[in-house]
Amino acid sequence: MRYAELAKRNFKEVWRDPLSLALTIGLPVLMLVVLQALGGADEFFEATSLAPGIALFGFVMLMFSAAMTISRDRESALFSRLLTTPLRSSDFVAGYSVPYLPVAGIQAAVIFGIGVLFGLEVAGSILLVMLVLLLVAILFIALGMIIGALFTFKQVPFAYMVILLLAIFGGAWVDIEAIGGVFKTVGDLFPFAHALAAARDVMLDGAGLGDIAGDLYWVLGYTVVIVGLAVLAFRHRMLE
Amino acid sequence: MSPAIQIAGLSRSFGDVVAVDGIDLSVEPGELFSLLGPNGAGKTTTIKMLCCLLRPTSGTATIMGHDIREDPLAVKRMIAVSPQETAIAEFLNARENLSLMAGLHGIDKVRTRERSDELLEIVGLTDRADERVKKYSGGMKRRLSIAMALVSEPQVLFLDEPTIGLDPQSRRGMWEHIAGLKGDTTIVLTTHYLEEADALADRIAVIDEGTVIALGTPGELKAGLSEAAVTVVEVEHMTDEALACLREIYPVLRTIEGGVEIEADDVSVYAIGDCLRPFGIEIQSAYKRKATLDDVFLELTGKELRE
Ligand SMILES: Nc1ncnc2c1ncn2[C@@H]1O[C@H](COP(=O)(O)OP(=O)(O)OP(=O)(O)O)[C@@H](O)[C@H]1O
Ligand SMILES: [Mg+2]
Repeated sequence: MRYAELAKRNFKEVWRDPLSLALTIGLPVLMLVVLQALGGADEFFEATSLAPGIALFGFVMLMFSAAMTISRDRESALFSRLLTTPLRSSDFVAGYSVPYLPVAGIQAAVIFGIGVLFGLEVAGSILLVMLVLLLVAILFIALGMIIGALFTFKQVPFAYMVILLLAIFGGAWVDIEAIGGVFKTVGDLFPFAHALAAARDVMLDGAGLGDIAGDLYWVLGYTVVIVGLAVLAFRHRMLE
Repeated sequence: MSPAIQIAGLSRSFGDVVAVDGIDLSVEPGELFSLLGPNGAGKTTTIKMLCCLLRPTSGTATIMGHDIREDPLAVKRMIAVSPQETAIAEFLNARENLSLMAGLHGIDKVRTRERSDELLEIVGLTDRADERVKKYSGGMKRRLSIAMALVSEPQVLFLDEPTIGLDPQSRRGMWEHIAGLKGDTTIVLTTHYLEEADALADRIAVIDEGTVIALGTPGELKAGLSEAAVTVVEVEHMTDEALACLREIYPVLRTIEGGVEIEADDVSVYAIGDCLRPFGIEIQSAYKRKATLDDVFLELTGKELRE
């Protein structure tokens, strides 16, 4: 369990850096509140339907923040030093990912908390919602690991933009069902639309595990593959 | 006893630059072995290969019997490194930094605590131990960085220029501590400070341009010098022309404050005088002194260790 030592350090680093925390928790919350205030009258802007999408946006922020942390760390002498300790590449992935899970939890809790204040009612099982969100959080954090391991500090924002665009046009916030055609076909190949659909179906329509299984498999499959790739990306970095 | 470190034909290139060029060395358990060489000689590259941070272009090495290419994880269990660059976690305090390294090496809490207290005392950071290291001075960070290599009590310890950037007092303290580890811990130490290698090392490998050009105990290296003596010639002020003339006769020489030092078996004050006189330079004194490792270095490489 050597990764736990690394996770402990990274956890402290995350929590002692108020800026990155404000970014990852504050920004999505701000977005939710602003959109809510702006479009209070419009049904589309209601917190009840917005919350899942905003939570997803929060995880994308988390991905960015994790990627920045790693790419910055990689340039430091401390990272070389960590590479001389008996840590495997999987320990690195775990040690850098785990500290972000509580942040994801707080993010989701705050966002849905505000949603509830604005009248959001969770129709389905809270546990199932948490499961879906956890999976999606891991997926995005692992994406952050890959970006952080492969790109330099300066390149990370560009890689982030690519994922953000993919997420947008892949259906995280654009309704590809409504657009249909190529958008839907291509968008369905990515996990983003499936993630949002699963979260929304449970929250808003009270869907059960069986109803969202199809979407969940997509998310789960991507999560497993992305975590695996993250381990490989770190291994690639361990010996120059 | 089998060697703690066995290096065979170890080489590494970066593009066209051959940083390390076929090094063969063997370090005994408990030995303090020093790599001595000018900037860019390949010391850090060698250490990074031994720590499994860099892949050798060819050749290999074993650490406590584990091959650096075949089994890096086993190697990493044996070693600790103090990198040339200061390597600390800025957001943590000193104690947390030490615990991090101890934890990663699987040291238990009680021992970590003991060892941390001891090391904080040695590097003079006890009073500041609970302060975030971001706020430390450069020298304090440096001291912590070295302590982080010592906390896990490794079998094999790599110290890449450990005392660079330390004030004389801290350097003395560090020397004492390193000397105390001799015998139990196998240590590879790179340095620019000859007095450091001279005082601490059991054996020294002089490295230049990626190859070992001399190997031996400090005494052996000094004894190998021609006549083991250096002639110091003091003059009022030296000119470049006079120096050029001297260099013709005595290729191995260096300028010092207020004169030159010449390394040669046979030094004639008359010959020197003949060189200096046309430029109106008078010899104020000339005497012989015992050779130091600095001289060994100059003779071997034609370079000064420190610029
Ligand atoms: N990552 C790298 N990429 C390209 N060249 C490198 C790299 N690391 C080292 N070198 C080159 O390898 C040679 C040896 O460098 P190295 O750092 O091993 O020297 P050193 O003996 O440690 O010097 P110093 O005393 O200055 O620390 C140098 O010419 C250096 O430019
Ligand atoms: Mg070096």
